[in-house]
Amino acid sequence: MSGRGLFGRIDWITIFLYALLVFIGWINIYSTSLVDPNTSIFDFSTLYGKQLFFIGLAALGIVFVLFVESNFFERFASIFYVISIVLLLGLFVFGKTIAGATSWYNLGFFNLQPSELAKVATALALAKFLSDIQTDLKTGRHQLYALAIILLPALLILPQPDPGSALIYFSFFFVLFREGFPLYFLGILLFMVILFATTLMFGTVWIAIGLIILTILIYTFKRASVKIPFLPVAGVIVLSILFSLSVDFVYENIFEQRHRDRIALWLSLEKDEKKLDEIRKTIGYNTYQSEKAIESGGFFGKGFLEGTRTKGDFVPEQHTDYIFSSVGEEWGFLGTATVILLFSVFFLRLIHIAERQKSDFSRMYGYGVISILVFHYFINIGMVIGLLPTIGVPLPFFSYGGSGLIFFTMLLFIFLKLDSNRLKDGI
Amino acid sequence: MKKLLLSSIIVIIGFTFIGRLSYLQLFRFSPDQILDDPAIKKIYDYPERGYIYDRNGELMVGNQPAYDVMVIPREVQPLDTLEFCSLLGIDKATFITKMEKARVYSPRLPSVLVPQLSKEDYATLQEKMRHYVGFYIQKRSLRYYTTNSAANVLGYISEVNEWDLQNNPYYVAGELKGRTGIEKQYEEVLRGRKGVKHIQKDRFNRDIGPYKEGKLDTLPEQGTEIRITLDKELQEYGEKLMHGKRGGIVALEPKSGEILAMISGPTYDPSLLVGRERSKNYSKLHYDTISKPTWDRSILAEPSPGSPFKTLNALAALQEGVVDPSTKFRCYHGFYVGNTLRGCHCGGGVRDMNSGIYQSCNAYFAGTFRRLFDKYPTTDEAMDVWEKHMKSFGLGNYLGTDLPTGRPGRIPDKDFYDKWYGDGRWAASTIISNAIGQGEIAATPLQLANMTAAIANRGYYYIPHVIKNMGSSGTIDPKYTEPNYTTIDRKHFDPVIQGMANVYKYGTARWVQIPDVEIAGKTGTVENFVRVDGERMQLTDHSVFVAFAPVENPQIALAVYIENGYYGARYAGHIASLLIEKYIKGEITRKDLEKRMLEKTLEHEYAKPYSGEPFKINEYVW
Repeated sequence: MSGRGLFGRIDWITIFLYALLVFIGWINIYSTSLVDPNTSIFDFSTLYGKQLFFIGLAALGIVFVLFVESNFFERFASIFYVISIVLLLGLFVFGKTIAGATSWYNLGFFNLQPSELAKVATALALAKFLSDIQTDLKTGRHQLYALAIILLPALLILPQPDPGSALIYFSFFFVLFREGFPLYFLGILLFMVILFATTLMFGTVWIAIGLIILTILIYTFKRASVKIPFLPVAGVIVLSILFSLSVDFVYENIFEQRHRDRIALWLSLEKDEKKLDEIRKTIGYNTYQSEKAIESGGFFGKGFLEGTRTKGDFVPEQHTDYIFSSVGEEWGFLGTATVILLFSVFFLRLIHIAERQKSDFSRMYGYGVISILVFHYFINIGMVIGLLPTIGVPLPFFSYGGSGLIFFTMLLFIFLKLDSNRLKDGI
Repeated sequence: MKKLLLSSIIVIIGFTFIGRLSYLQLFRFSPDQILDDPAIKKIYDYPERGYIYDRNGELMVGNQPAYDVMVIPREVQPLDTLEFCSLLGIDKATFITKMEKARVYSPRLPSVLVPQLSKEDYATLQEKMRHYVGFYIQKRSLRYYTTNSAANVLGYISEVNEWDLQNNPYYVAGELKGRTGIEKQYEEVLRGRKGVKHIQKDRFNRDIGPYKEGKLDTLPEQGTEIRITLDKELQEYGEKLMHGKRGGIVALEPKSGEILAMISGPTYDPSLLVGRERSKNYSKLHYDTISKPTWDRSILAEPSPGSPFKTLNALAALQEGVVDPSTKFRCYHGFYVGNTLRGCHCGGGVRDMNSGIYQSCNAYFAGTFRRLFDKYPTTDEAMDVWEKHMKSFGLGNYLGTDLPTGRPGRIPDKDFYDKWYGDGRWAASTIISNAIGQGEIAATPLQLANMTAAIANRGYYYIPHVIKNMGSSGTIDPKYTEPNYTTIDRKHFDPVIQGMANVYKYGTARWVQIPDVEIAGKTGTVENFVRVDGERMQLTDHSVFVAFAPVENPQIALAVYIENGYYGARYAGHIASLLIEKYIKGEITRKDLEKRMLEKTLEHEYAKPYSGEPFKINEYVW
């Protein structure tokens, strides 16, 4: 087997899917940013021209990653992590502000966003820490270390302010879960989110009534042989009600008005139809336009370069965060469903690859990569189609932007490089 | 489990997304939504607003073209601003602020730069327009009035506001809509329906032809011309007579309920609310809170009716059988309520119904009123009966006239007095003022005219209305063509009408007879009070008069109400008789009287309470 070269060992299916996604993404950036059809696609003054340039840079990055020694990444993981933390700290002093967020370094020809680099570094560092022979996730101390690795960059990114990027770091919990971090944390987190939302919608009284009815139902219909001790259940109910009581306070006092507006819109908290419509068209303007654009695509879409709303620049930020709405308008349900399918197959393929790793480090890093990508995909498309409140994160491989594309590519290809080496790991 | 967690999450997310997308793109998608698409431009074709004619087919309201100078900020090329401003007749600062406003509104949509140029300005400007790229002239249609009267009845039109846009999807910003009067009431008839063309735009905002080959386009529907029941000549004449006086006049045709004239004083020329000076004029009218020219006194003022109301009390007493025309009451230059003497100006003596009406004897009507209440075992029952009779004449509630405004007036009922005095703490003598039309009764001039028409018809009325017909069809809302019967039998009207006719022959209005025309009428003199700077003071009485003529086969019934005109016959009676003569004979024979009425004003009366000095009321000054 060792006789086969790098090209024989690398996972071509993933590369094919990757290339397809980048291509579809670029096609849509072209469509959203085309002004004069007579300009060349290599015109670097246009957004699609620039994106083409970034794709070229990403290709260079791929070449670089593939020809570096495989264990380079494992060996230097800690150093990458430290560097990215330093870069994040440096933003407080040298950062360049774009659209209100101090998240960039100005490199002249290119704005570098270190939070993208930090994602790669954190994935590597977390994998390295977890794969250490002495690390045992069952001990509280090591759980704490793992949490620290994840949350440190998130805490530095949050005040930029870039809550969207900070939120992405929570995706690393999936790596922890895969590696034996107790799953009930996820359950508790999910339960809290549901409680939070339902309390805002129905009020604490109904939550309490609902919980009690649910408990009674469970006790009534459980099999006689199953014993559920009463006291812990009562405790959960009491804690839930207390949590529910605190929701209003947090909502009114900790959240800012724009957050409240977004949540109010998301959960349709405003009962007055007229006011709700008003919010939809002001605070929810982006989502409103994006939903309308997607909706107007219908089943077949309006066709490439035919999207009237895309052409009219009706959806703000359409080439970056809202790129998926262009797919929806011009390619219709056929297009959007295809993209969702492509992403899903792509992710499942990556999970398959991760699971076949012999090296713990490779597998854990792989999970990190997948978690990050899935989180971006979930939050971005969820927002664009109006299922989630507005949180600004890009759609991997699709959204316009150099830092994003290059680091998503690096993130992925480091994993593919590790994968191509998996047979050697065992030796 | 832990190996499958992420995979299952991915699958679940995938299904959720596909589900949401099918909802959006398959379920919510409709081919028609293209109509809301901002990339499809709609161009409107406005039909001409319907003309308004008077009952004799004379034009009252037509249309005139006006020219707006429009600008599309994005397309403007550098220009000689000074020259352009002088052409437009504005100064440079105004030009700059207007351009900025247009740019803020939208760089690529047209805004009005200078509205409503006159024809003359348009002619000079038109030739030079082509030098100014990004500007163009848009023609639009404004109202044109062939009369300077009837402003409040006709109403005015103005640009739609935010509220209209939100509540009626038909309107688009910048369109005109009827605001008051007939323009508002018959808005949908008059305006017609605009035509729509859909233009497909490409991404450079260029027109690339009709959308779907114009399949969705519609042609404009002409606004319908309407004929109203007003008599232009009578209306104009009435407004001339109201010169310098405040009050309201309503004249009806009893046999149809058609409103012949509806006059409110002071009023204004309807042309004031058209054209470039519109907003300036509107503010001036709107903020005149003392004489209130935009407040239509003929349908909004609710004074006590005074003595004309006695006729209804007479009718109710006859219907209830508590008096007959020869029943007599003695007048002691007044009548006693307990030990208090309430005055009467009739001269005293024994009064029957006839002289009770034509001398307007308070004692007579106090007597009949008491008898009516004595007939029933309880005051409450009597009150109900009385209220029923009064309300059957269209008093105490909205009449349902086809005008967008109006007032209900008031006929007090037992609940009203229970609240006022306490249950069981009032009786006929407590509310005896109602017998003579003072007290708690209130009625608009329109209601008084309608009441008079019901008497003229001997027992029924048609709801007063201003619409005669619309377009070529002669049909109007059937509620205006069905008689409303009063609770009084026909036979009881003759003695009352006899009394009203004698008002002219021997009674309170014997000085205002018209040669050859027999009139039935009733004077009224209404005490009134006003509060200026918190101080309550009594003013000169309101002068009220209701009349119809001729007595047999009545052609006109009217109510005239003149604020602070002193006694009934003085202003209201004279004005009423002139209007009747004008309407029935077409010309005025009593030139002296006419001249006096046209020239006399009551401005000195209206100035009194604001003079800050003590003043006398009810002065006899000719």
